[in-house]
Amino acid sequence: MNGLAAILLKEFSHIRRDPGTLFFAFLIPVLQLAIFGYAIETTIEHIRTVVLDLDGREESRRLVEAFVNSRTFLVVQRVNDQESFDRAIAGGRAKVGVKVPPDFTERLLGGRRASVQVLIDGSDSQVAMTALNTANLLGLNQSLRRARLFAESIQTAVARDPAGRFALPIEVRPRLLFNPDLISSRFFVPALVGIILQLVTLFLTSFSIVRERELGTLEQLFVTPVGRAGLLLGKLIPYAVLGFLETLLILLVMVFIFGVPIHGSLVLLLALSLLFVLTGLGLGLLVSTVARTQPQALQLGYAVMLPSILLSGFMFPREAMPTVIYWLTFAIPVTYFLEILRGIILRSADFKDLLPHVIGLSACCLVILALSVLRFRKQLD
Amino acid sequence: MNERVVRAAAGNGAVIRAESLTRHFGKLLAVHQVTFSVPRAAIFGFLGPNGSGKSTVIRMLCGVLRPTGGTGAVLGHDVVREAEAVKRRIGYMSQKFSLYADLSVEENLDFYGRIYGLRGPRLHERKGEVLELVSMTDRREQLAGHLSGGWKQRLALTCALIHQPQVLFLDEPTAGIDPVARRELWDLLFDLSARGVTLFVTTHYMDEAERCTHVGYIYQARLIVCGRPVDLKSLEAVTPAGTRRLELSCRQAAAVLGRLRRAPGVRDATLFGERLHLLVDAALSDETLFRELGPEAEGAEVRPIAPNLEDVFVTLSRGEAARRGL
Repeated sequence: MNGLAAILLKEFSHIRRDPGTLFFAFLIPVLQLAIFGYAIETTIEHIRTVVLDLDGREESRRLVEAFVNSRTFLVVQRVNDQESFDRAIAGGRAKVGVKVPPDFTERLLGGRRASVQVLIDGSDSQVAMTALNTANLLGLNQSLRRARLFAESIQTAVARDPAGRFALPIEVRPRLLFNPDLISSRFFVPALVGIILQLVTLFLTSFSIVRERELGTLEQLFVTPVGRAGLLLGKLIPYAVLGFLETLLILLVMVFIFGVPIHGSLVLLLALSLLFVLTGLGLGLLVSTVARTQPQALQLGYAVMLPSILLSGFMFPREAMPTVIYWLTFAIPVTYFLEILRGIILRSADFKDLLPHVIGLSACCLVILALSVLRFRKQLD
Repeated sequence: MNERVVRAAAGNGAVIRAESLTRHFGKLLAVHQVTFSVPRAAIFGFLGPNGSGKSTVIRMLCGVLRPTGGTGAVLGHDVVREAEAVKRRIGYMSQKFSLYADLSVEENLDFYGRIYGLRGPRLHERKGEVLELVSMTDRREQLAGHLSGGWKQRLALTCALIHQPQVLFLDEPTAGIDPVARRELWDLLFDLSARGVTLFVTTHYMDEAERCTHVGYIYQARLIVCGRPVDLKSLEAVTPAGTRRLELSCRQAAAVLGRLRRAPGVRDATLFGERLHLLVDAALSDETLFRELGPEAEGAEVRPIAPNLEDVFVTLSRGEAARRGL
């Protein structure tokens, strides 16, 4: 503990003298939250669509109307020949092409099957999947409408509703909990709190130590009798305080700007955030024991951040990952913290609900801190 | 080679002692079996080309770099096993400015004072003393980053002195500062030495080496000579039997340098301004030498001289290079 007070006082002097650190610590995350929070929108709508209607009569117009009325498709162009149709898709002006054959109406009226060609640009799989599902659903709805007309005409039905009208035999009644309006920011913004918190704590600590290594002041410190624990704690505590204040700030932005209320216990949320801040600082410390220069620290920092963003369940659901990767996600601390954040904020989960994640995060924190403390020596190499 | 290492001091009174100190960095041999000792209150000048291992030796003696072989002790404490005990008693001024540029002079001093456990009135008193020593009392509030090179070095020295260390390691303290600041810094060092502080200084400047009580010269990881300057100058290997050192003053000294180097009986010739320092066979008479000079011989004068430290280091490192076939 030798020299802890000296290091602490010095670190706070640095922070006071260097408005850059405070800027990085407070303003940037809020900006990031604002930008990402608004930009990340997973509901896919208005897919640009080109229509080639070779039939043009009522039945085909009704079908095209159905495409237009779904918010999924946005008809940007109606063409009259095959070549323009193909070019619209190849040229990227439209992601989806709907082609109605000339005999569409005849076939329907004649009781035969009519086919509508729907071409989908598969480059972006998420957009393509949405287009595919919606197109199938539209086709099914149109078919059901025709089937109902037919059934009514012959006075028979598979099932009827209480009012005695023709109905589908099985009705699924889904109810959306916690986020009934399916607003994707509700899901993303709490998680962003975790990602940004890790970003800041990781970079603040690793830079604060690696900068001293580059300047030679770390070597100078090694020649003094300052204790290892004093040196490490003196480096971590100021940034832990900073990280914690930042958590409060980001949560305020989340609640009052994005309107995502915290349903669960605020005290539990802050306590577990502190645990996560410690983990992030530990990661920064670990990076600083490996990196000799600030550019190296930056690269290593990104090497840590990328899996945290891609594999933690922030961007993509972990359940959909290949088994090996899925197991790997348990080694990423932010994975647990995202579960905790979403749990407390959206589902008002309590400590008991979150216990497995709390244990996971604690284990990560201990391992990372132990590893970095072991690696951090008052020695040059 | 050991017979040429003039022992700096009788073993027991030594404040710094290195025994076969060795350090590898992977396959690179940075320091090879370096052995020497430094007595109390000495000013030990440690010289050698860049990359010869000077800083590595200092770092090992300061307890921040583990030797891969041999042992070192400072004030009787082993530099590996009792590194922290060593660190409490020494001061260290590294090669480059390594204080906090965004902190003021006083804040830097406060920081190092607290690290060494000074606080309250004691810290205040020590700050006053060291600032007085280097005449920086009126610069307390200035940011360290805004000081000029010479003042930065003084601040680094005050920080290294705040806890009254018994031994001070200075790694090229005068590199890149102006001659006046250099002279003043050396005056400070003499002052400290007079108070009983042992100084270990690396430098590139021969005039600084001449001011030291003891010098060591490290060349390609090996300490090739070590001792008092006066003893080193009379080493046989520097002026071998059957040779003598001469100073020659003549017109066009630079022009005759090449001619003399090729002349029979002349072993070495070095230019010092308008004069030449020569190492010649004892058999070579002054008259023969003047004949070699040709027209430039008119008005030329020659006198016998003792070697200076540069002669010592140049001769010995050439000899070492030749012996090791480099």
